[in-house]
Amino acid sequence: MAVIAGRPKGGALLPARLSALSSSRGGSLTIFIIRRLLWMIPVVFFVILITFFLMHLAPGSPWDRTGGRQLSAAVTHNLDIKYGLDKPEYQQFFIYLGNIFHFDFGLSYQYENKTVTSLIGEGWPYTATLGGLAFLLFVPVGIGLGVLAALRQNTRVDYVTMGFATLAASFPNFVVGALMVVVFSVLMSKWTQHAFFLPSADFGLDDHLIMPVITLALLPIAYTARLTRASTLDTIRQDFIRTAWAKGLSERLVVVKHVLKNSLIPVVTTLGPTFAILVTGSVIVETVFNIPGIGRAFVVAVTSRDYPMILGTTVLFSVVIAIANLIVDVAYVFIDPRVRLS
Amino acid sequence: MALAAPIEQAIDWEVPEEQIGLWQDAWRRFRRNRLALLGAVLVTLLVLIAFLAPLLVHLGIIIDPIRQQVENIEVGPGVAGHPLGTDELGRDTLSRLMYGSRISLSVGILVQGIILPIGLAIGLLAGYFGGRVDNLLMRFTDIWYAFPDLLFVLVLVSVFGPSLLSIFGAIALVNWVNLARLVRGQVLSLKEKEFIEAARSSGSPPLKLILKHLLPNSLGPIIVTLTFGIPQAIFLEAALSFLGVGIQPPTPTWGQMVNDGYEAIYANPTSVVFPALAIGFTLLAFSFIGDGLRDALDPRMRR
Repeated sequence: MAVIAGRPKGGALLPARLSALSSSRGGSLTIFIIRRLLWMIPVVFFVILITFFLMHLAPGSPWDRTGGRQLSAAVTHNLDIKYGLDKPEYQQFFIYLGNIFHFDFGLSYQYENKTVTSLIGEGWPYTATLGGLAFLLFVPVGIGLGVLAALRQNTRVDYVTMGFATLAASFPNFVVGALMVVVFSVLMSKWTQHAFFLPSADFGLDDHLIMPVITLALLPIAYTARLTRASTLDTIRQDFIRTAWAKGLSERLVVVKHVLKNSLIPVVTTLGPTFAILVTGSVIVETVFNIPGIGRAFVVAVTSRDYPMILGTTVLFSVVIAIANLIVDVAYVFIDPRVRLS
Repeated sequence: MALAAPIEQAIDWEVPEEQIGLWQDAWRRFRRNRLALLGAVLVTLLVLIAFLAPLLVHLGIIIDPIRQQVENIEVGPGVAGHPLGTDELGRDTLSRLMYGSRISLSVGILVQGIILPIGLAIGLLAGYFGGRVDNLLMRFTDIWYAFPDLLFVLVLVSVFGPSLLSIFGAIALVNWVNLARLVRGQVLSLKEKEFIEAARSSGSPPLKLILKHLLPNSLGPIIVTLTFGIPQAIFLEAALSFLGVGIQPPTPTWGQMVNDGYEAIYANPTSVVFPALAIGFTLLAFSFIGDGLRDALDPRMRR
């Protein structure tokens, strides 16, 4: 796989889950969805388990201070009680698990008396808008470029498109973001009037979004374009496409009704993993563009070792990714009639 | 008799004078790939730079990367004897770039060195013996894939501190699964081949089977995976540095330089452009090599 950053994962797992034979599709679909839903539970459970114990493995206590006066034993004891750290660790874990069910992720270490839930709530609209717009951008653009390149294989259109995809897949998004800011906000500031981005300004959900959304969507566009091209090339070499041409259908009809219908199936299966790229990407893009979303909150939590916040955001991210994969898996069953459910 | 003659003539029994082995054949194909060659040249250049940087500083050809010149802060390229300008502390961008390549290359290559034995051992075990090891590995990867790479590396580094060891370890830890899965898949498909069956039926012990047949035959894909792992590791390290949780200053790294330059983007835009391009083109060079190797080592994988 010619993939650099955050390669799409999990796509390869799909056929194994969906194999085997069964005659009644309708009844087994419900079972399939339920089974997939149930499979989410151990995955998310282990993600929480691993992250939770990693946090508690960290050397020192959260009340340690680098340099200066240390807190007295009485104070740290009271803090431990407040944050629930006085109980044995396995007990803390189960309390945490229980609290998650009513969206209680604990108190942040970093901000006094702010809950992780409220911090996530503040960041969520920004991250969701950014990710949603990037999704809306990358799906049509990626698929469009891929189909275009395949239909014009070995022409200049193909080379330019694939060259662009290779560049976009190699350049990390913080590099792309920084370079875009240099070009559009610094060098061209006379013309753009900082319309797109001013590194020090407060972030608004307006035209400031243009550059972050493009930066975030670039890598998924590259993946989708490459994959669409490959699968479209596979499809247009098939006999039924030759038949479609031979019976005199217009290019439009051949492409839309015969090629796309088949070549987009593998693309759909990778939308889930590609969604994970958006989540990872938001961490970096929000930092580059000063967007007060969850991604940046996660980075701030990491640098200030705010463990409840790190834990909360990690759980949230993995649940979001798991749900995205679930949706894609279920959608796949509807799109591809050849899929049999076990 | 008369009939047989033309047939015999038609068959050319002549053996080619020179037998071409797999590696020679691969090299021949690799050489024909212009982008792969370009990537190889760029990487060679980078390795040379990484090795020569301390010598060049010693000889006084380039400036010490941590020497601060307060009178030349954020100057542009070519000013005051700084070919690529300086950063916010008046340190020479060129020499910091050259030193930064040392970190990037060592992360890229050393991480593969950590991954190789782990991924190989687990992949071979799972693929060859199957059963519980295999099941465990596959369930484990399912869970593993629910964690995005970068987030997990960030979590690990925040827990174990931003030391060189923890950064290398964290990057290796998120990447060995890919190799293990690949090796497993290779072994699973090779296991069914006739030559393995032949070797087994002639009494080869499992260890010999693995070392003499399974391993050499999956070497191509392993090399390709490791090659693609290099830019992946370089990217993760650069991203960590950019976010400020990577290798700590004053050691120059490219990600950190992008971050530093970004803070002073109006004073001197070039201080972000040079390290940004260095990262981008290094990753590009490695992915060209990876593409070239994949085409060369396994023509069936070519798209």
